[in-house]
Amino acid sequence: MNAILLMLLGLGGMFLGYVFYSKYVAEKIYKLDPDFRTPAHEFEDGIDFVPTNKYVLWGHHFTSVAGAAPIIGPAIAVIWGWVPAFLWVIFGTIFFAGVHDAGAIWASSRNRARSIGALTGDVVGKRSQSLFMIVIFLVLLMVNAVFATAISGLLINFPSSVVPVWGAIFVALIIGQIIFRKWMGLGTISILGVLALYAMIFVGPAVPLALPETVMGLSDNASWILILFFYAAIASLLPVWMLLQPRDYINGLQLFIGLFLIYGAVLISGPELVAPAFNTNTPEGTPSLVPLLFVTIACGAISGFHGLVASGTTSKQLDKETDARFVGYFGAIGEGSLSLATIIAVTAGFATLADWQAVYHSFGQGGVSAFVSGGAQILQQGLSLDVEISETLLTVMAVLFAGTTMDTGIRLQRYIFQEWGGIYNIKWMEKAAPATLLAVGSCLILAFGAGGADGTGGLAIWPLFGTTNQLLAGLTLLVITTMLVRLKRPMYVTLLPLLFLLVMTIYALLIQLKGFYDDANWFLFSLDLLVLIAAIWIALESASALTRIRRENAADQAGENATENKANRS
Amino acid sequence: MKITAIRNWLSRANKLANEYYNAPYRAAVARAKREQDDLFMLYVYAEMMGIPNPASYYTLELQPLLLEQFHEWHLRMGMEHSPFDEFRCC
Repeated sequence: MNAILLMLLGLGGMFLGYVFYSKYVAEKIYKLDPDFRTPAHEFEDGIDFVPTNKYVLWGHHFTSVAGAAPIIGPAIAVIWGWVPAFLWVIFGTIFFAGVHDAGAIWASSRNRARSIGALTGDVVGKRSQSLFMIVIFLVLLMVNAVFATAISGLLINFPSSVVPVWGAIFVALIIGQIIFRKWMGLGTISILGVLALYAMIFVGPAVPLALPETVMGLSDNASWILILFFYAAIASLLPVWMLLQPRDYINGLQLFIGLFLIYGAVLISGPELVAPAFNTNTPEGTPSLVPLLFVTIACGAISGFHGLVASGTTSKQLDKETDARFVGYFGAIGEGSLSLATIIAVTAGFATLADWQAVYHSFGQGGVSAFVSGGAQILQQGLSLDVEISETLLTVMAVLFAGTTMDTGIRLQRYIFQEWGGIYNIKWMEKAAPATLLAVGSCLILAFGAGGADGTGGLAIWPLFGTTNQLLAGLTLLVITTMLVRLKRPMYVTLLPLLFLLVMTIYALLIQLKGFYDDANWFLFSLDLLVLIAAIWIALESASALTRIRRENAADQAGENATENKANRS
Repeated sequence: MKITAIRNWLSRANKLANEYYNAPYRAAVARAKREQDDLFMLYVYAEMMGIPNPASYYTLELQPLLLEQFHEWHLRMGMEHSPFDEFRCC
């Protein structure tokens, strides 16, 4: 099949989903009201609560939820063939992610813009709230470990990207200063910044850099991971305007340019998909498609991380409640289209089936590196860019993404440690530096503990990360469903995805548990067990919360009927 | 006519870009600024709380200027009412 057809089918499907399904959900289920006074207006303070233009808000929501995860997941999952990955991304985006993201914004904006974590405590129960904190912590922990591993792999596979990747940080530092001191307008600076970044991408292949095989007894992989965490720790401690803000900005521009280039190149060259539609000849050790597909692709189909962004910052800036449809649902579509681009790159970006099979020789292979080399092929065919330059370009895009997520993740983890310091009255833990050390330390333990001293274990936890992320999405869906039941509205649009997620995650956890047991990987075995307990707990909480509220509703109904009868009789 | 249209469009684009640059970090930056301001409030009202302040001769002048922020400041500092006997607020 031709990649153009796949691209049009995918984008068209998601577009129809936006036009019809999201309209139905927004108008009939969430009943978004343009006259509702949103928290951004009600509590407007110029700090957190600021009514924001919906396109700007969408840009932020999208760039803060889109990370490297929607690239890594599909790039691993095409091992089962492109059809399953494609269908799950498209249907997941339409029926799961969009509903979940828009719903999280709605739920939060109807509850004084409180975060989903706080809402869980109110709407579902106190126990669920503590559960929520644990799941968030696990997700952050895994995301940092996985991304550090992924980045180090990329830096080793594509040494031409080392200069532009680290150079981008200097560009960001300089831009940050220029903007902060108001030396130049933002328009000029954006153009200069992007030019500087692309200049380095062109220079990169001429000056490839690689670490020596071993540095002080550590493999190059392990050294990169240590360097990355050292960098992330510092970046998360700096004032945001210095590095984070300009880098995010450049990243956002990069993302739109990158997506545009890939889709443009596909349209021009129209490559054929070389990977099989259904891979009947999966390499040995590949787990079964059901349920592993549904946790391997988390971001891109549905991701709990979005709920955190949606309820944490987006809902506080919502100008009109009806904007939630565009911001949330279309944000999910943006992410879905990134995943779609990845699927096309890793299935059409190879010359022959044999080349493809050489990359996907066992489960967990491929990943971002496949995206980079596949995507580079397509860019070369479509735009006749040099392969090495295209590879550098895509590597930089992926690394910058993963990097941003990493230091945001470290920052959030630090907040959690600081909060715990406050709760348990541990004074030193409330300070920024020691809390950051704890955050980085726990991530390092996971990155190295999962796979030995060379730090390659990070990607082994990818499916586990997906599972935890889905659990988080499940919790958000539970909150939305509970709210819908309370309001006596149809709950199937969120209940069915919730049930599906719970079944698939628990099933996947059990299968992985057995895998870790067989491999005698006790570290991941206990982590899996922990997540499994959380998953079962969520399932039980969901059941009890929903039956409780239905009973309350029924009692209300009965009460109303009784008074009505009485009134009729008298 | 055309030039003004282009100029309008550019200034709109610039405004959106500025918004895009600042929106996600507005909260963090504003919070940091507020923390500094709070410390400054403490300097200005230090003398009234019995904290000797060598610059009180100068900060006294600022007191009426900062009065508007006083209410929010004492609330933020966790005091329901004005901490000063001779200085009522709410």
